[in-house]
Amino acid sequence: MLKSNTKLLQLSVTLAACAFLFVPTLQSVLAGVTANYFRGVSSGLTLKWVGQVWELYAGSIFLSIQIALACLAATLIIGVPAAYALARNPGRMSRVLEEFISLPLAVPGLALALALLQLYGTNHGFRTHWSFILVGHVLYTLPFMVRSVMSVLAAIDLKTLEEGAASLGASPQRRFFDIVVPNALPGILAGALTVVTLSIGEFNLTWMLHTPHLKTLPVGLADSYASMRLEVASAYTLVFFVMIVPLLLAMQWASARAQRITQ
Amino acid sequence: MTLTLRNIAKTFAGGTRALLPTDLEINKGEIVSLLGPSGCGKSTLLRIIAGLETADPGAAIHFDGEDVTAQPVESRKVGMVFQSYALFPNMSVRGNIAYGLKMQKLPKSEIKARVDEVVTLCQLEKYVSQPIASLSGGQRQRVALARAFAPRPRLLLLDEPLSALDAALRTQLRDELAQLLRNFGITAIFVTHDQNEAMAIADRVAVMSHGKVAQIGTPEALYRNPDTAFVARFVGDAQPLVGRIEGNMLYLQGGKLPLSRAAEGHQAFVRAEDIRLEPRGPLCAKVEAVTFLGAHYRIALTGAAKETLFALYGGLNAPSPGDTVRLAIAPQSILTLPVDKEVA
Repeated sequence: MLKSNTKLLQLSVTLAACAFLFVPTLQSVLAGVTANYFRGVSSGLTLKWVGQVWELYAGSIFLSIQIALACLAATLIIGVPAAYALARNPGRMSRVLEEFISLPLAVPGLALALALLQLYGTNHGFRTHWSFILVGHVLYTLPFMVRSVMSVLAAIDLKTLEEGAASLGASPQRRFFDIVVPNALPGILAGALTVVTLSIGEFNLTWMLHTPHLKTLPVGLADSYASMRLEVASAYTLVFFVMIVPLLLAMQWASARAQRITQ
Repeated sequence: MTLTLRNIAKTFAGGTRALLPTDLEINKGEIVSLLGPSGCGKSTLLRIIAGLETADPGAAIHFDGEDVTAQPVESRKVGMVFQSYALFPNMSVRGNIAYGLKMQKLPKSEIKARVDEVVTLCQLEKYVSQPIASLSGGQRQRVALARAFAPRPRLLLLDEPLSALDAALRTQLRDELAQLLRNFGITAIFVTHDQNEAMAIADRVAVMSHGKVAQIGTPEALYRNPDTAFVARFVGDAQPLVGRIEGNMLYLQGGKLPLSRAAEGHQAFVRAEDIRLEPRGPLCAKVEAVTFLGAHYRIALTGAAKETLFALYGGLNAPSPGDTVRLAIAPQSILTLPVDKEVA
């Protein structure tokens, strides 16, 4: 009896917490498709506001996708070999390097952005180019890729597998692409989805780095909240959800898959 | 292929000497086993031959007269079977076996033909398209062997290939492996810590201890004529007969035994199978314990020598604990060996 009471209590607390998060979200999403928010849903449902968001902010959406994909490419090219090098040479030096790579996680995005502005702010061409935001995103997301790949590599006997390939005549490059990458794939996939999701959703660093002509999805969101009517801002939230929720779900799935390997 | 090793030594960072300067010659088509306890340097020697470790300066490794000392593992054309097999989990059985052939950039049709040939030889037909994860230990071992052999290496190196298997399977696969290696007709070096494995598989056995080869010879030679106490103990479990040697007489606690030669200053050893229970034997002993092992009894005896001796008894009426028995040991069965500093 006591046990079922405890369970009931746990369930209700969980449901209450979910409702606390879910109800405002649902309300906001609903506002985005309501003809007139102040008159309520009875005023009718419409996609007009979503259309308006698209007209006004399509550029932001595409810029975000572009930055996220470029960020993914950069973290793959830098992160996978880095994770491999760290996993292959465990020791104090590797741990220090790993912590160093992870530093941008501990430093607030604003501080990171300020540092970038101080360093490159005077270089006008770079400052106003989308790759300036990309640099910030790469710094911020790289540790996620490195750690995700490293945890999978740490779980397999990489050294012996490579020795096996070497004894069969494989050069170091062949070993990397034939053995290391395919066996690290679950970690790479989990890392890739995390990087894309974080890049698309990143706000505080991007907000510091953006220019009026370079607005990403979340910066556009803030912009619409500040200057548009409530329905348009809410429709924007809806658009944002539609983009980010599938990514989040895929990320969950990929992480669970990578975790199974490391166990 | 003939393998010649000259002055092979290995000092690890930190100064540990894993291998003292070693010379070794292995003939074409010969199967040699490196046998020894863990930490004796046998795996290090194998890895140096493979090219997975570099020897200390001054070493020379020749494959058929060609100096390969400076070559990395990928250019040495050696086949390697690892203790953990190191099969690629991202490839099927066929993919694993074909990998070395792909590295040689052979045409597809030839790769297929050669894989099929090795698959038949190793009886893996049923498993070719299976993933590695679905195979049993014995099947993995055969895939590892097939993968190492498919590229037609000059030399096959096996690092404890049976130790990952359970005991029952190990004996069966040991004989199977010996047969396959003979069929391959390849020069092979086989590292093991199990003397039965070494004796069953190898033409010659190199017994290693403390970073050097203590003795190399055929299994029979090592068993019958060990050079050192270590080899006598490690190959065939010789037991020390601690006593006093005067001329060709060995004086023990339980009596005296004639030796086949004068061996003063030496140590005497005997194997359990060479101690006979005989009513008129010269040694007196007390039966401490009797263990029935099926084919024979194993009898623990005290009072004959300083330490407990074990004898094998094949008769029907084994003595009981507490009995007093008399023992005989033929003079030629008593091994007299120089005192081993490391053991003593």
